[in-house]
Amino acid sequence: MKTTDSIQKDIINNFQTLDDDFEMTLNYLIELGEGLDEFDDKDKLEINLVKGCQSKVWLNYKVKNDKLIFSGDSNTSITKGLLSLLIKVFSNQLPEDIIKTKLFFINKTGLCRFIGTQRSNGLESMENKFKIIALANKKN
Amino acid sequence: MSVKSFNLVKIRDQFPILNKKINNHQLVYFDNAATTQKPKKVINAINEYYSEYNANIHRGIHTLAEKATNEYEKTRKSVSQFINSKSEKEIIFTRGTTEGINLIASSFVKNFLKKEDEIIISEMEHHSNIVPWQMICEENGIVLKTINVLENGEIDLDNFKELINDKTKFLSIVHTSNTLGTVNPIKQLIEICKKNNITTMVDGAQASAHSKINVQDLNCDFFVLSAHKMYGPTGVGIVYGKEEILEKMPPYMGGGEMIKEVNFQKTTYNELPYKFEAGTPNIGDVIGFNKALSFINDIGFDNISSYEKKLKDYASNSLNKIDGLKILGNSKNKIGIFSFTLKKVHYYDLGLLLDSKGIAIRTGHHCTQPLMDKFNLEGTARVSLAIYNSKEEIDYFVEKIKKLIN
Repeated sequence: MKTTDSIQKDIINNFQTLDDDFEMTLNYLIELGEGLDEFDDKDKLEINLVKGCQSKVWLNYKVKNDKLIFSGDSNTSITKGLLSLLIKVFSNQLPEDIIKTKLFFINKTGLCRFIGTQRSNGLESMENKFKIIALANKKN
Repeated sequence: MSVKSFNLVKIRDQFPILNKKINNHQLVYFDNAATTQKPKKVINAINEYYSEYNANIHRGIHTLAEKATNEYEKTRKSVSQFINSKSEKEIIFTRGTTEGINLIASSFVKNFLKKEDEIIISEMEHHSNIVPWQMICEENGIVLKTINVLENGEIDLDNFKELINDKTKFLSIVHTSNTLGTVNPIKQLIEICKKNNITTMVDGAQASAHSKINVQDLNCDFFVLSAHKMYGPTGVGIVYGKEEILEKMPPYMGGGEMIKEVNFQKTTYNELPYKFEAGTPNIGDVIGFNKALSFINDIGFDNISSYEKKLKDYASNSLNKIDGLKILGNSKNKIGIFSFTLKKVHYYDLGLLLDSKGIAIRTGHHCTQPLMDKFNLEGTARVSLAIYNSKEEIDYFVEKIKKLIN
C-alpha cells in the first residue's frame, strides 16, 4: 500500500502535465470529480456535511481492516474534484497515518489558489473533517 | 445647453486595468457592484498627493499642509454639488457606506430612539444595512421590522404602509439593490415617512454612479455612499445628513480633529462636519475621489443613463435566451445587475470557469443572505455592469456560458 506522501507525489506529477494552465486545471479537476464513486443521496446528512462558503461537501467512510475508506460528493464540480484528490490521499490508510499526514501537494500543484484567501470551497474544513474522522477511529 | 458626447473607446482608454490579460484572455470586468475600476486621473491624483504635497490637514500652517487641506476640502465641495446638498457642512467623510450606517446607528438612532420604538428596513438589504440595526436594536430594546420583497424583486409598498404605526421612527432603505438591481421608489417611500414623522436613511452605495442623486429633492434625512463603487478609491465614503439633524447628534468617535478645546474637566466639540471626523482621515484617497466625481461629471448622467440602459437591455435579452438561465429580480426599474442561476452549472463552478476565460463575475450570496433565503437559494452568479462595459463583452460572456452548458 502506498503511503499518503507517495500518493501526493503521484498527484504532483500528474498536475505537472497541465503546465499551470488555469483552464486545463479546472477541467482536470472536473474530470477527477466525475470519476468519484456514486455517493448515495441518503448519506447526504448534516453529520456528513462540510460547509464551505459557496459549496457543500459530504464525506462518509467505512472501516475495513482497520483502514478508513472514504466516499464523498459535492454540489459543485470543481470542489468535487478537489475532494476526490483528498479521498485519493486519505482513503485506505490507517487513522494514525491520516492524522500525521501533511498535505504538501496543494502548494505544488497550483491548487493553492483555491485555499488561503479563497476560502469559498472550504478546503481546510475538508482536510479537518478527514482528520476528525481519523481521530475518532484511532486505536489507543 | 451643450450636449456632451459619449465615446466608449475614450472612456475605456482611461482605465489602464481594462487592457490587462487575465489567464491569457482579455479582462472582462463584470464585478462592478463589488467595486468599480479606477480611471487614470484618480490613480494619478493619489500618486501626485503622495509625491508632491503629502501633509496632514487642517492643523498645519506650512505650504504643504495648506495645499493638502485645500485639495481635501475641494472634494467635500464637489460631493456637496454632486448630490446637491444645501451645504458642505452636511458632508461627512467616512471609510465607506458601512461606516456611514454605523455612524448613523450609533450617533442618531441610539440617542434619539427609545425602547420599543421601531425601525424599518427591507428584505433586500445588504448585510451592512441589517447588522448595525440589529446591534442597536438589541442593545436598546428597539424593534426591527422588514418590508417584504415581491417575487419580481420589487418592494411591497402595501406591506410597507402596513408596517408603519405610531412607534415607527426610522426607515433605512437601499436605493438600488446590489443583488436584484432593483431601483426602489425612494422618493415615494420618503414622502410616506415624512407624513408619519419617520426619519429616513438611504443606502446609496449601488446607486450613486448610475443615476443622478439629489438629496434635497429626495428629502431624505441621511444618504450614505462609497467612493469605490463610483470609480473612486476604496476607504472613502460619505454620510450626508441634514444640517439641523447633524447639529443635534453627538460625535461618533472621540479623538483629534473633532474637538474645539480639550481639558480634563470638559471637552468641547468642533463644528460640523469636523465633529464627526476624528483622527487623520484618508487624505490621499479623498483627493482621488474628487477626480472620480469629475470623471462622472465629464460624461454626464444623461449619457450614463442612456448608455447603461441600452447595455442593460442588451444584457437582459442575451441572458434570457440562454437555456436554463433564471434571473433573480425582474423589476421594470432596475440597473445592469443580473443575479442568475443556471440549471446545469453551479454558480461556483461557473465563476471559476469564466475566470479562466478572463471574465470576472461575483458568485455567492452577495452579502444578502436573508434575500437568498427568501428565494430558497444558497447563492447566485452575478454580473454587474458599469459605464466602460460593452456589448462585445456581453457577447463574449454569453458565448462562453453557452459553450459551458452544451
